[in-house]
Amino acid sequence: MRTDAMFTAYKTIIVREVRRFMRIWPQTLLPPAVTMTLYFIIFGNLIGSRIGVMGGFDYMSFIVPGLIMMSVITSSYANVVSSFFSMKFQRSIEELLVSPVPNWVILAGYVTGGMARGLGIGLIVTLLSLGFTQLSIHHLPMVVLTVFLTSALFSLGGFINAMLATKFDDISIVPTFVLTPLTYLGGVFYSIDMLPGFWQGVSMVNPILYMVNAFRYGILGVSDVNPYVALGMIMLFIAILSAISLRMLARGKGIRH
Amino acid sequence: MTNALEIEGLVKTYGDGFEALKGIDLHVAEGDFFALLGPNGAGKSTTLGIVCSLVNKSSGKVRVFGSDIDTHLSDAKLNLGVVPQEFNFNQFEKVFDIVTTQAGYYGLPLKKASESAEKYLRQLGLWDKRNTPAMMLSGGMKRRLMIARALVHEPKLLILDEPTAGVDIELRRSMWTFLEEMNRQGTTIILTTHYLEEAEALCRNIAIIDHGRILRHTSKRALLQQLSSETFVLDTAEPLDEAPVLEGFFCHLDDEGALVVDVDKGRSLNGMFIQLEEKGIRVVSMRTKANRLEELFIRMVEDNNTPAAKQGETA
Repeated sequence: MRTDAMFTAYKTIIVREVRRFMRIWPQTLLPPAVTMTLYFIIFGNLIGSRIGVMGGFDYMSFIVPGLIMMSVITSSYANVVSSFFSMKFQRSIEELLVSPVPNWVILAGYVTGGMARGLGIGLIVTLLSLGFTQLSIHHLPMVVLTVFLTSALFSLGGFINAMLATKFDDISIVPTFVLTPLTYLGGVFYSIDMLPGFWQGVSMVNPILYMVNAFRYGILGVSDVNPYVALGMIMLFIAILSAISLRMLARGKGIRH
Repeated sequence: MTNALEIEGLVKTYGDGFEALKGIDLHVAEGDFFALLGPNGAGKSTTLGIVCSLVNKSSGKVRVFGSDIDTHLSDAKLNLGVVPQEFNFNQFEKVFDIVTTQAGYYGLPLKKASESAEKYLRQLGLWDKRNTPAMMLSGGMKRRLMIARALVHEPKLLILDEPTAGVDIELRRSMWTFLEEMNRQGTTIILTTHYLEEAEALCRNIAIIDHGRILRHTSKRALLQQLSSETFVLDTAEPLDEAPVLEGFFCHLDDEGALVVDVDKGRSLNGMFIQLEEKGIRVVSMRTKANRLEELFIRMVEDNNTPAAKQGETA
């Protein structure tokens, strides 16, 4: 397939993905906006005003980066897992399989589609947060890199989940029992300095902690971990999950007999 | 002339050990209208699935217009258009989007994709439905949508797996006309069908597959010449209560009361008409029974299922 044709195919997958999540915006765009607004009101305003300072900032300012990251992570993951699994379920994945689109373009298209939704939600949540607090950027490249790479990583995670899933239950197990606990325990609402030594050690094996803190460093300039180590980890995970996804596509795992 | 499709020693063994294809060889010439026939589970869809990259082969070679799917898969796919047996589009998407998206997967820029989509949606009578979500279409429209989608990148080889399943007679005939026109314009067509009348009406060459083996691979004409007798359907001026007994001919009445006569190959029809005249039966019209292929097909598949044939298969 020629390079320009591959680029057209890549754009086509992205357009289709964006069209899909825009078509069902009450399911895709609205819920995170409502949920995050409630978080800002309840945790930030009502409870936060009694908590006081955390990490040198008022509680609302402290949790905003984590909440933005949380919405980016869940939306990126949810977009790819539900879209790709639906295509498998309806067998419309065959439209792609019979076409000459190379596997890496298919993967890139879905990941970019997931990032489009994840980053779009991130932008919506950021704009909403401006109604509750003032945001200043401490390190713009770190903010941009962290949010883009994290969105790509969780889009890849959603892709692998969709490839392995055989029924609808399988696409909700990981988000409910893995992603949500890791996100809540990933330092979104607290600094791990508050935890006893043992639990601080346990928290250090949670990959989401690194992403939330790298992003928080980019915005507030404070972090529980070294943000550059966090960036390196995200890139390593992206490389590993990309290799796994491409291998699954090449073998036709769950999509070819 | 190049072959549109060449298959050599194709084997497919599924994960549970079921051997769906046992080393089949097949070739389809460019420009042909070819039918792959066989009972359910014979291996038709598996064969076409492998050609279209929907099924992984266990071993063997497949070439589409000379491009080996192991080494030049992308080139092979560019020449292929596929109409599967089951509806496999996103039911929530609009008709026009489904077709242009497929064109995009083949690298057609949006303008060209839109022009091509319009051309085929118009030809298949779906242009008025272009902004309708696919789920709102009737069964026949959905089938035509899959044909438009398969043609949007103008493939040289069109593969149709049961394209007229569940379609009413009128629509089926109009789809035949459309496919014949596509074939006249140079598109090679391979179809599988349960309607043997369809294969007899459309195809020039035929392969019959059963239990993962090709039983026969020849021209339709050569196949039909194997029939030792021909069957005629006679409409009589007066309805008959029972079939007359004619010397040298086997007669019976069909469900509509028409007289059906089997005539051995090479036997003159004059004798039949003389005997009918003598019995006072006036024939007002006569036609050849259309599903001659069906008789052959059933015979071949039955022969293949005899204990002797199965023994040979095991050995």
